[in-house]
Amino acid sequence: MELNIDIAENKKTWNGGGAKPFGASYGKMMMWFFIVSDALTFSGFLAAYGLTRFKFIDSWPIADEVFTHFPGLHGVHAPMYYVALMTFILIVSSVTMVLAVDAGHQMKQKSVAWYMFATIIFGIIFVGSQAWEWKNFITGSYGAVKTTDGKILQFVKEGHQIALSDFVLTERTDHRVQHSKYNGLWFETEGTIPNYSVAQIKEAYQSNSDIQIRSELIDPATKQKIILSREEGLVQLSKTKLVVEGANLKVNEYGNTIFADFFFFITGFHGFHVFSGIILNIIIFFNVIVGTYERRGHYEMVEKVGLYWHFVDLVWVFVFTFFYLV
Amino acid sequence: MAHAHESNKKRIWIVLIMLTIITTVEVALGIVKPSSLHLTSYLGTSPLNWIFIILTLVKAYYITWAFMHMEGETKWLRRSVVWTAIFLVCCLLTLLLIEGEYLHSTLAPLVKW
Repeated sequence: MELNIDIAENKKTWNGGGAKPFGASYGKMMMWFFIVSDALTFSGFLAAYGLTRFKFIDSWPIADEVFTHFPGLHGVHAPMYYVALMTFILIVSSVTMVLAVDAGHQMKQKSVAWYMFATIIFGIIFVGSQAWEWKNFITGSYGAVKTTDGKILQFVKEGHQIALSDFVLTERTDHRVQHSKYNGLWFETEGTIPNYSVAQIKEAYQSNSDIQIRSELIDPATKQKIILSREEGLVQLSKTKLVVEGANLKVNEYGNTIFADFFFFITGFHGFHVFSGIILNIIIFFNVIVGTYERRGHYEMVEKVGLYWHFVDLVWVFVFTFFYLV
Repeated sequence: MAHAHESNKKRIWIVLIMLTIITTVEVALGIVKPSSLHLTSYLGTSPLNWIFIILTLVKAYYITWAFMHMEGETKWLRRSVVWTAIFLVCCLLTLLLIEGEYLHSTLAPLVKW
């Protein structure tokens, strides 16, 4: 308590003096220090993403084709609508936060508490949406195959991508089953095996003449992935060794594996910031309810946690642009 | 605090409306991708990308100035935060994007498609 009361007589800057550089309190100043350094961390990530994207500029996955899900609309191609909604939710949570700060200036304890509560709820909705986005990305939507020289081949019919389950209809012939400790060696584990074998997919491709293969390479004239002819497709398909369903840190059905790595890393780091923000907001929310700041005489703590929360929103604005739009 | 007791509610709602409009425009452009903006090139990338980047910076300005209340801070606090960040980010971006371009020009000819 005593620490937060300005000592008017002592005008020194250091040694517990009451002088405030730039007219900002110690706590706010430190929050700005943190925000600047954290902004540099995030820009380091985004710049690294930019470097990698330039490195693989001729084959980078197209975001519209990766993030196409919307809750409740199963199988509907809805590029970016959901992430736009998430962005809007985070902006609204920023607004409720700034309204809480505003109410704090007028010492309205009840309003501050309600606005903080709304901010926490919107924050939780955002993190939940992020988790759902991750789930879709990890499970994958279509499935693809990977060649021995590390290229992803996707399947298209009449120019639209189709899932493996749409055209691979035969039974798998290699009798491969998922190895677990109950049906095999208890001390050995195996990652999830794909639903289809390479042989099955090759057979299905040969028996369906309307299916074509799409490579990762982008045609600079149309900025679309190049679709191979049936014969070229067969040549590529003969080099296939692996069926890829979904994305993780090692394989990615949407294209470059490092795209998935950056997606997990950057949105994960941002999501962790949102999560920490929610925890901080909850702590401050309870302090508001028990009247800590009412007794202290000011709601500066709400302002400080608000600065952090707006910063998280600011970062998302950039992540949204560089991951989903550009 | 200079603004101790006055309310900024009107300004907050205006900023919300601005941010919503900008985001909607961005998403609409991202979905439609007009080929005159998407398939042409201007200063190294497509005009569409430049529009996205500029609109993002406008959003960043609104969030920092209105929500983080930069407009109420002293001039030199504002400058020490904004100038430092902008200088270091520009430096980092320039170096990494140039290097990315170099990596592509060196490695891409070695990849057989």
